[in-house]
Amino acid sequence: MAFTNEQLERYSRHIILKEIGAKGQKKLLNGKVLIIGAGGLGSPVALYLAAAGVGTIGIADADVVDLSNLQRQVIHTTADLGRKKVESAAETMRAINPDVTVNPYYQFINSSNIMELIKDYDFIIDGTDNFAAKFLINDACVMAKKPLSHAGIVRFAGQLTTVIPGVSPCYRCIFKNPPPKDAIPTCKEAGVIGAMAGVIGTLQALEAIKFLTGAGELLSGSLLTFDGLEMAFHKIKLPPRGAGCAVCSDNPTITKLIDYDQPVCELKKKD
Amino acid sequence: MAEFQIDEKIDITDVKCPITFVKTKVALEEMDEGQILEVHLNGGEPAENVPRSVKEEGHEILDFIDNGDGTFELFIKKVGE
Repeated sequence: MAFTNEQLERYSRHIILKEIGAKGQKKLLNGKVLIIGAGGLGSPVALYLAAAGVGTIGIADADVVDLSNLQRQVIHTTADLGRKKVESAAETMRAINPDVTVNPYYQFINSSNIMELIKDYDFIIDGTDNFAAKFLINDACVMAKKPLSHAGIVRFAGQLTTVIPGVSPCYRCIFKNPPPKDAIPTCKEAGVIGAMAGVIGTLQALEAIKFLTGAGELLSGSLLTFDGLEMAFHKIKLPPRGAGCAVCSDNPTITKLIDYDQPVCELKKKD
Repeated sequence: MAEFQIDEKIDITDVKCPITFVKTKVALEEMDEGQILEVHLNGGEPAENVPRSVKEEGHEILDFIDNGDGTFELFIKKVGE
């Protein structure tokens, strides 16, 4: 595949980089990333991956754009209110970069559809806002051996890690089970700074780009936390994978996907 | 004229920095180690930047010839994969 003059210009700042080059840009154009959640985290991920020329981007979400989303979900605009988030996000990504093929999936993930959703992608982004989805995505990615970027944000705090199944610790190695209902406030109850979604989601996009191109070191094996009030990043080295993990150890006790109950307050009333 | 075998030749007089270097880099990435690329480029910014960037990437500059008409010929030996 040769670059067109337009592509050479569009991706010139990538191609110039020693760590990316023309080869890395081709890897991006051949890359396939699935973003689960078209909200606060998913927005910057989708924007930067589309701009970077990731050739195929899937985006899954079953919500519509709500006025309270616009403070942080920067891929959607006021004109998109009431539209399906995946449609709004797909339109923005296509407008940024016609090189990108966008696959919108207007559905919430669950134990019966997630394996089918992730199977054609190289890298999975967890941009969801609840523990049920985070554990489901983690377990599915471990079982399907799909690399995953996990992230979460609340108030002025954020965290992320990258999971390479079979190699680095998974989300369940760190957090064994979802917390009891109502033990942890959701973003909706606790609030969140919109720019936090930008900081953490952008780091997830960077991990996807590094994974696809092979540039640098991934965040696998470490948990990166960011305190926006103190303006402090901490990189915490994680214990090795597997020992005692219910899903990613060599003798897992979880071998089927689990649909945990999601706290009712998080569910959007559809009617 | 230089006394070595030219494997590829590109003309980057129709583009500006940084596309000058981008085109040179893309041409080099598609060549094999040890092959030689001839680049026809303009004086001024391209003549200052392209040889420097090529060297920073680890390639070898074999010759850099002023054509006397505001253009230059740069001969690069590809180093590395």
